Amino acid sequence: MMNAVPISWFLTLSAILFALGVAGFLFRRNIITVFMSIELMLNAVNLSFVTFSYQHKEVSGHLFTFFVMVVAAAEAAVGLAIILTVFKGRSTLNIDDVNSMKN
Amino acid sequence: MQLWLIPFFPLAGFLINGIFGRRFSKSLVNTVAVGSVLLSFLWVLKTISAMGDLNTPHVEHYFTWIQSGAINIGCDFLVDRLTIVMLLVVTGIGSLIHIYSIGYMSHEGGYYRFFAYLNLFMFFMLVLVLGASFLLLFVGWEGVGLCSYLLIGFYFDKKFATDAGNKAFIVNRIGDFGFSLAMFYIFKNFGSLDFDKVFQQAASAPEWVLTTIGLLLMVGACGKSAQIPLYVWLPDAMAGPTPVSALIHAATMVTAGVYMTARSWVIFTHAPGAMDVIAVVGIATAFLAATIGLAQNDIKKVFAYSTVSQLGYMFVGIGSGAFSAGVYHLVTHAFFKALLFLGAGSVIHALSGEQDMRNMGGLRKKIPITFWTMVCAWVAISGVPPFSGFFSKDAILLAAYGHSPAIYWIGVVTAGMTAFYVSRAMFMTFFGSYRGKAHPHESPAVMWVPLAVLAALSLVGGWLFPIPEFLKGIFPAFEEAENHMLMYISVFAGFAGIGLAYLMYVVKPGMADSLAQTFKAPYQLIYNKYFVDEIYDATVVRPVVGGSRIVLWKGVDAGLIDGIVNGVGARCRDVGSLLRLLQSGNIRGYATWVLFGSVALILAMGLYGGLPR
Repeated sequence: MMNAVPISWFLTLSAILFALGVAGFLFRRNIITVFMSIELMLNAVNLSFVTFSYQHKEVSGHLFTFFVMVVAAAEAAVGLAIILTVFKGRSTLNIDDVNSMKN
Repeated sequence: MQLWLIPFFPLAGFLINGIFGRRFSKSLVNTVAVGSVLLSFLWVLKTISAMGDLNTPHVEHYFTWIQSGAINIGCDFLVDRLTIVMLLVVTGIGSLIHIYSIGYMSHEGGYYRFFAYLNLFMFFMLVLVLGASFLLLFVGWEGVGLCSYLLIGFYFDKKFATDAGNKAFIVNRIGDFGFSLAMFYIFKNFGSLDFDKVFQQAASAPEWVLTTIGLLLMVGACGKSAQIPLYVWLPDAMAGPTPVSALIHAATMVTAGVYMTARSWVIFTHAPGAMDVIAVVGIATAFLAATIGLAQNDIKKVFAYSTVSQLGYMFVGIGSGAFSAGVYHLVTHAFFKALLFLGAGSVIHALSGEQDMRNMGGLRKKIPITFWTMVCAWVAISGVPPFSGFFSKDAILLAAYGHSPAIYWIGVVTAGMTAFYVSRAMFMTFFGSYRGKAHPHESPAVMWVPLAVLAALSLVGGWLFPIPEFLKGIFPAFEEAENHMLMYISVFAGFAGIGLAYLMYVVKPGMADSLAQTFKAPYQLIYNKYFVDEIYDATVVRPVVGGSRIVLWKGVDAGLIDGIVNGVGARCRDVGSLLRLLQSGNIRGYATWVLFGSVALILAMGLYGGLPR
């Protein structure tokens, strides 16, 4: 099966997804979109982990992926809670307005 | 024999007066001070009576002072005949001057401070004389220098006094530097600083080594004993109270250089080159200082230059190989010069502080005791036989003739000038009519009794203490010209000086001024002391001060050192202010930097071809 799809395609997809995540993180102002971009980058990395793991017949790549998924889940829980609190307090989701620690 | 008690008494006096003197009454202060020095004098007498003939040196070891590697220096005191002579001069004249000071200082502030310093001086001077090694001598040497500085600057609220103190201290540093180098060199060559060990080996050392050591020791002696080119501090040292001038700057401390060179006679006799230098420096100092003395109007300045001149004589004796003659003159000079200074102090005291001889005159009738005692010093220093100065000066001049007739003839001329300036001072002070405004009064007994004792010593000290006989066993014999003609010539020079002064200042009082007018240029030259202070100021002091200020302070310190430190600080701030721009507080800004960083890393790895291994 793997012979049909060369490994470089998976990696290319991973790179594209990661680049999209980076771009979303850098250019979007909405906190939720930024947050989703982070998830996207994490999952792009997961994809390349799994790819390499399959390639090298090595299980540790899978393990890393699980760890990343666990951390991402925990992060999602905390992150969404923070976003909720921010919105309650400021009635905005624009990331540039949440800069009261700067000065 | 408990030699340590000799310096211990003055030290105890110093500590008691120095610590508690402020609360003591004046009479208690001077009881402690004079008592301690008198005890020390009595202990010297007791030591002498117990020592017998002292043909061999007596050494007492107290403790090991420095023990480090090859250096082993003990705290040892040594007594031989030379030490005995010095001990008697220091404690004897020291006692007299302490007694005199009770009267002289009675109206002055800082009474206890004065006596505490004076006691401290006695302590260090006795350590200097008793020390059995060069290092212990140097301890005393530096200590007396410190006391000299403290006492010159005794009137510390007067700028000229503190300046004179600084000058004495700084000029002496130059000499002490030479002395230190001499000690290093002695230790390097002989492995010891003890007199007996050094002198034992010195006889067989190469001549150039001994010449170097001798010349370096001479530099030290030049500083302490005010010889050319380091004599300039001594005339200024007269800013101190007059008893200090008499004790430290005439009778004892300034003769330390003579004592030290006489003590090191083994080194010098094997270094004829160094001896010649000493003789030439000595006679040049004697002559130049005497010419300066001819034209001074401050009574203490006259005697100060006279002291420089007489110290020059002593070095002529040392340099001619007549060590005992040099020490002989040291002793008689201590008598009559201490007397001259104390007499001058008595005159100044009588005139409530007046020092300019042009405002004196006619004091013979008003202060007769001072006058008659000073007459004794006058005849002694002028070389009138059979008084003390005649014997010692003659011994030196005869030895000098054996060494080099030229030195003898310059010495004779100097003797004439000596007689002239002392006579001039006497005539201007005591003869003619009184020209001042103060009301002269005779000094109290506590002042004139020491004067009387010193006067007796000045008159008879020459044959009462035949020092050359006494020291015969210590020093090598020297060839003394057996020529009565030479003696008559020097005596004649003395009388000629007195006669000329009598003619110029008593018979025709206007003659001196008209002569000064006729020979204006030479008169100005000696009146201004050959401009030596000005020359030193221009050639040494100003370049050093200017160099320190412009090069070292403004250049090196303010420019270089501060520049480096401030520069490092300023560059750090510049870099910081650039890096500060990165810290925008914008999360996406940081993310952008992370992105750039990762891209750069990946690019680098791509160019390099993977991770470095």
